[in-house]
Amino acid sequence: MALPALLAQVAGEDQIAFGEAISAGFAYGLAAIGPGIGIGYLVGQAVQAMARQPEAAGMVRTTMFLGIAFTEALALIGFVVFILLKFA
Amino acid sequence: MPLLALEFPPITHLVEWPDFFAAGEWYALNKIGLLCLLSMAFTLTIFFVAGRKAALVPTGVQNVAEASVDFVREGIVLQTMGEEGLHRKWVMPLLTSLFWFILFANIFEIIPGIQMPATARMAIPALLALLVWVIFNGVGIANQGLGGYLKSSLFPPGVPKALYILVTPIELISTFVVRPFSLAVRLFANLLAGHILLVTFAVLATALFEASVVLKAVTVLPFVMLVFLTGFEILVSFLQAYIFTILAAVYIGGAMHPEH
Repeated sequence: MALPALLAQVAGEDQIAFGEAISAGFAYGLAAIGPGIGIGYLVGQAVQAMARQPEAAGMVRTTMFLGIAFTEALALIGFVVFILLKFA
Repeated sequence: MPLLALEFPPITHLVEWPDFFAAGEWYALNKIGLLCLLSMAFTLTIFFVAGRKAALVPTGVQNVAEASVDFVREGIVLQTMGEEGLHRKWVMPLLTSLFWFILFANIFEIIPGIQMPATARMAIPALLALLVWVIFNGVGIANQGLGGYLKSSLFPPGVPKALYILVTPIELISTFVVRPFSLAVRLFANLLAGHILLVTFAVLATALFEASVVLKAVTVLPFVMLVFLTGFEILVSFLQAYIFTILAAVYIGGAMHPEH
């Protein structure tokens, strides 16, 4: 069933809870897409670099964790938004 | 009674703890505050015990302390600041104690009977991130002067003059607002997510075990998952302590010299 049709069935104050639940789900789901692709690509490239040049593995690993930390922040902000929408 | 109706506790029951000491006063203490004090006490104890009678061949606690100092020096300071980080005497103690404090605050997540990471409340990561923010700005101002520090962080060299209209506001926000914010949120959200994950599977296992006889056999699935996740959370605790420390080192190291 389409969202507007569902919304029409929900009365009064429940509409706010309905909207919060729906947008909380979308907030985390959408926020996870980009960082998911990004971290996958990042770690893949890092593994390739380590396989080609094992002596540089330490440096690559440090930089990889830094990159993961920056990329992952977006997904985590999405998670916090989800918590705020759902529970706050 | 519905077959699989789960009573998931509201989130306030998972992370909020009542004051057990001097409730309502400014020095009131709850579980989170106690865990913070414990983390500090453990960090101090490790280094006092290790340093009290330092043997040439380290054993026990001294081994752990020396391994962690070595890890911070080789894996964090030398990788991000180079030799200069070792010449400044305050860098190593700051980063090592930061690492240990966050590690202890995180690892309470999986200690049976406690099972609450102190860093899953925003106040503690926010305070640590604020500390790092003050230090890296202080280092920048002390090393480059206020004008020089603002110039090197707001006007990165090698950019066409006209583009500064775009670049400067972005740099302003990303350096002075987003950095501490993301530093705090990264630690907080990782630990909160881990805590909720563990609670979810624990609740699922208990609910299935208390349900009908048929479902008792299925209980083993969420329980095995719970055991795996507990192992995973140990990894996350180490990783987040490491990432917080290395990012602090990157920010402090970046403020020491103008970019070029």
